[in-house]
Amino acid sequence: MPRVVFREERCKGCELCKEFCPKGIIEMSGIINIMGFHPATVIRMEECTGCAICARMCPDLVIEVEREDKAIG
Amino acid sequence: MRKVFARPKSMKDMPMHYCPGCTHGIIHRLIAEAIDELNVFEQTIVVAPVGCSVFCCDYFDCDAYGASHGRAPAVATGVKRVLPDKIVFTYQGDGDLAAIGTSEIVHAAARGEKITVIFVNNAIYAMTGGQMAPTTLLGQVTTTTPKGREKELNGSPIKMSEMLSVLDGSAYIARVSVHNPAGIFKAKKAIKTAFETQISGKGFSMVEVLSTCPTNWGMTPLKALKWLEENMIPYYPLGEFKTPTEVV
Ligand SMILES: Cc1ncc(C[n+]2csc(CCOP(=O)(O)OP(=O)(O)O)c2C)c(N)n1
Ligand code: SF4
Repeated sequence: MPRVVFREERCKGCELCKEFCPKGIIEMSGIINIMGFHPATVIRMEECTGCAICARMCPDLVIEVEREDKAIG
Repeated sequence: MRKVFARPKSMKDMPMHYCPGCTHGIIHRLIAEAIDELNVFEQTIVVAPVGCSVFCCDYFDCDAYGASHGRAPAVATGVKRVLPDKIVFTYQGDGDLAAIGTSEIVHAAARGEKITVIFVNNAIYAMTGGQMAPTTLLGQVTTTTPKGREKELNGSPIKMSEMLSVLDGSAYIARVSVHNPAGIFKAKKAIKTAFETQISGKGFSMVEVLSTCPTNWGMTPLKALKWLEENMIPYYPLGEFKTPTEVV
């Protein structure tokens, strides 16, 4: 199953990943990170397809994506 | 399990100072991905501008110069002529490239310097607090155009890509945007083509990237992407204005 890993301490809470996730499974967390932002987090990891659109929209390299098949473009 | 998306190796693992949602970070990543894919990491030299991206050399893990405001194409000219085997690129904002540095960019392109320019057009002087740039749209409110830019008073915004593409010395000129995933995909492709143009010695290459400044535009990051799409793209059409095959 694909998996996205968010480095929450690097997230500035801009919400671009949340807006563009085709599955709508990203939400802003209630916690406040070390920089004072509400970091993005995945609420239903089992629905993630590993498309990496969230990671491509992220300006701060917060997100890494792992999948079983080969790398995408 | 294997990583299908991770930090490109030519980018340092450190937090960037840009504001939340600022697309400077996306553009940095696309450049680093292109450098990695072309396998030129060891040979690449970046020339940093003055503007919000003044510290971009802290993020690219390659050798770097910092140029004074607008002079990056002149510095890059010197570096490339002395070290022709290096891959030399500048990273410049619209205040840097299209205002104080107009002379440097025009003549570097006219001379056909074999450098690559990544031109980040966010329609404003961001670092200094949001003054009008030559690329500010008509009607756009900035700190120096509180009633919106007026054609009578300020002239019309300059379309740098169109302007430089008519010079014989330019080999590859494209305008892209990073306002959505499809735009980001095309932006990456154009940046890679620009570097390939330099690597194959075909001449001057520039990619103009339409970018957001949520902070000085006074918008949320999402609203800023929408504003870019609805206002900037109609005035600054996307596409390739010149490709190496057209070089005479
Ligand atoms: C010679 C000189 N003149 C003026 C300045 C002030 N200054 C610093 S950044 C800047 C504008 C930068 O705008 P832009 O190139 O669009 O980059 P951005 O900050 O929008 O990314 C100006 C005018 C300076 N640093 N040096
Ligand atoms: S001021 Fe604007 S261009 Fe500069 S880092 Fe902030 S959002 Fe980006």
